[in-house]
Amino acid sequence: MVTFTRRRLAAVALVATTALLGATACAGGDDEAAAGGPVTLTVDVFGQFGYDELYKEYMASHPDVKIVERGTGSNLDEYSPKLTQWLAAGKGAGDIVAIEEGLLVEYKANPQNFVNLLDHGAADLKGNFLDWKWNQGLTADGKQLIGLGTDVGGMAMCYRKDLFAKAGLPTDREAVSKLWPTWPDYIKVGEQFTAKKTGASFLDAATNTFNTILLQTAGNTTGYSYYDTGDKLVVDSNPAVRQAYDTTMDIIDSGLSGRYGSWSEEWVSAFKQSKFATIACPAWMTGVIEGNAGPGAKGKWDIAQVPGNGGNWGGSFLAVPKQGKHQAEAIELAKFLTSAKGQIGAFKAKGPLPSSPQALADPAIVDSTNAYFSTAPVGRIFAEGAKSLKPVYMGPKNQAVRTEVENAVRSVELGKRSPEQGWADAVGNAKKAAAK
Amino acid sequence: MAVQLDARPPVAPAPGTTRPSRGVRLSRFDTRYSPYLYIAPFFLLFGVFGIYPLAYTFWVSLHDWDLLGADHPFVGLDNYSELLADPDFWHSVVNTLGIFVISTVPQLLLALWLANLLNRRLRARTTWRMAVLIPNVTSTAAVAIVFAVLFGRDFGMINWLLDHVGVDAIDWKANRLASWVAISAMVDWRWTGYNALIFLAAMQAIPRDLYESAAIDGAGRARQFWSITVPLLKPTIIFAVIISTIGGLQLFTEPRLFNSGTNAIRGGPLRESQTVTMYMFENAFAPHYNFGYGSAIAWLLFALIAVVAAVNVLLLRRLGGGARKEDPR
Repeated sequence: MVTFTRRRLAAVALVATTALLGATACAGGDDEAAAGGPVTLTVDVFGQFGYDELYKEYMASHPDVKIVERGTGSNLDEYSPKLTQWLAAGKGAGDIVAIEEGLLVEYKANPQNFVNLLDHGAADLKGNFLDWKWNQGLTADGKQLIGLGTDVGGMAMCYRKDLFAKAGLPTDREAVSKLWPTWPDYIKVGEQFTAKKTGASFLDAATNTFNTILLQTAGNTTGYSYYDTGDKLVVDSNPAVRQAYDTTMDIIDSGLSGRYGSWSEEWVSAFKQSKFATIACPAWMTGVIEGNAGPGAKGKWDIAQVPGNGGNWGGSFLAVPKQGKHQAEAIELAKFLTSAKGQIGAFKAKGPLPSSPQALADPAIVDSTNAYFSTAPVGRIFAEGAKSLKPVYMGPKNQAVRTEVENAVRSVELGKRSPEQGWADAVGNAKKAAAK
Repeated sequence: MAVQLDARPPVAPAPGTTRPSRGVRLSRFDTRYSPYLYIAPFFLLFGVFGIYPLAYTFWVSLHDWDLLGADHPFVGLDNYSELLADPDFWHSVVNTLGIFVISTVPQLLLALWLANLLNRRLRARTTWRMAVLIPNVTSTAAVAIVFAVLFGRDFGMINWLLDHVGVDAIDWKANRLASWVAISAMVDWRWTGYNALIFLAAMQAIPRDLYESAAIDGAGRARQFWSITVPLLKPTIIFAVIISTIGGLQLFTEPRLFNSGTNAIRGGPLRESQTVTMYMFENAFAPHYNFGYGSAIAWLLFALIAVVAAVNVLLLRRLGGGARKEDPR
């Protein structure tokens, strides 16, 4: 009797402890290969960074390093919440993480999450980057460097030669550039195009064009968009925002937009089915167009100058989170990937335009052409603009505010709001978002 | 070699020893407490994965909690009062309830009807029964993507079919009611068969002789269904309704994937099909990263589910009261 009871007690105790252990076991156990053996570095990216060849080269010269890339092809909307959660949780992020410029401002507000690259000899690299790109990577007090610049988003206008021909418009890129020195000219060309009823719209979606016009107008006038340089929300008082909005309303009003919400599945289908003739394209967009329109449309696309006067949209940075276990190795790799050589390699692979003046001046970039875009001299088109770019300052809640304004534009585009109602929405919701 | 490892040869008991009484005590301890230990694993797991997150979420909701921020000041119930006055939140509540009603009511009726069909004598009965479960086995993401394509404005099959019968193209994503219908279609496709099988299982437990005597009394199939099947199915129907309420009010994947492109989490430029969970995600994560506010939404959603489930059960009790009245007690 006694023994039986003991055995049962033992069984009970065993079950209970197993359950406890089971519940807590998942908590520990990630110190894989703490010392010795090759170091695995994880690089978190979104979209296409074009680093595959560079990894191979780096691993060949550093046999003790193994590189794994995560997130290739994922969009920024999926990537950034994940990254934020990793940073908030204190674990999970890659050894190197890519950060888009619009989001960098938010991460900069909490610099304690990242390694200060200035403590690791990054100051010597300043000359490798365009001044403004370097400065964007610094915190407000200039004491911490969060990220090293990768690409910049010099602008152009990509267009379909075949659709232009169908509408009786010139197809040569020089001639097309001359058609639209300004946005009102672009609208006029659009109206001519629309009148010919080719079955395609003139442009994909108003929001893409709105962003282009805003960043361009802001770059050429105030130097900031939704926030002034004192981080005060100026959506309703910055003339650049209102001007960009009004121009976009004219485009919508003229019926030029195909209303394919950017990055949606319909947008991707519209590329494949040749449903629009032009799209505002920052340098990184060329890779997106090629991916969406597919090999069937090779040679049908070309690149002309953007209406208005140059501008910058997008561009990213590489940062090293403090939670990483191999910070020293990660910093070395980040330096390599953002070096002039690394940036040239990425450009050749997937088209992101370098932020390094040395790379921008390199014949490998300047003389490069893009076969997909009718062998357009992409290097010259984008690189020239990039050197004279005027960057736009972005405030702390830039992403949230931009979301509100973009959605207001989209609601007008879809006929759900009048332009005036849309503007009221944009301003009201932007204020609400900024306060959250 | 069947050796009793833990049974030692009896040591000569010392006179007047306490040993037997210790055994008795152990055994008493055993009968009294070991059942608690046996069920402890569930409660431990429930505590770790159920209660703790719930309590922690409440704790977070009392703070101004920037997901990335270094400190999180205590703000009391500010998040809740702000939320109750937030038109976007109520907008998402209306969306959720709208989608819930449009999807759940036809879904359960259809499931009941399907179960009734499956309960008859059919050729290849098992095959049919398995077949209704197939939609439930497919991944939600795949279903949502396929439906999002079917309901496309320009290239979607539904609009193409509508065009053939002379109906103008519907912008399924930009029209609030249309988007509810499209999302409900997805939910129904996925869950009708599942509920049908639950109903079927309950139907099979109904004694055959009830139907036989009803048939002798001259009751037709429809009369049998409404007077025998439905009343006896009431507990199962209540179960299915509660499960559907919980699932329906937490709807996330379908509407999230139905809306693609930038800020899909908004459910369209004017939040046409944004559910409460999507609104929670929008606030707790991108683009606001306001964890405190998001947690407050989570708690209000919890309250909402409790209220709606209670209302549903009360309504059902009242509606299907027939069986109770016949109860002699």
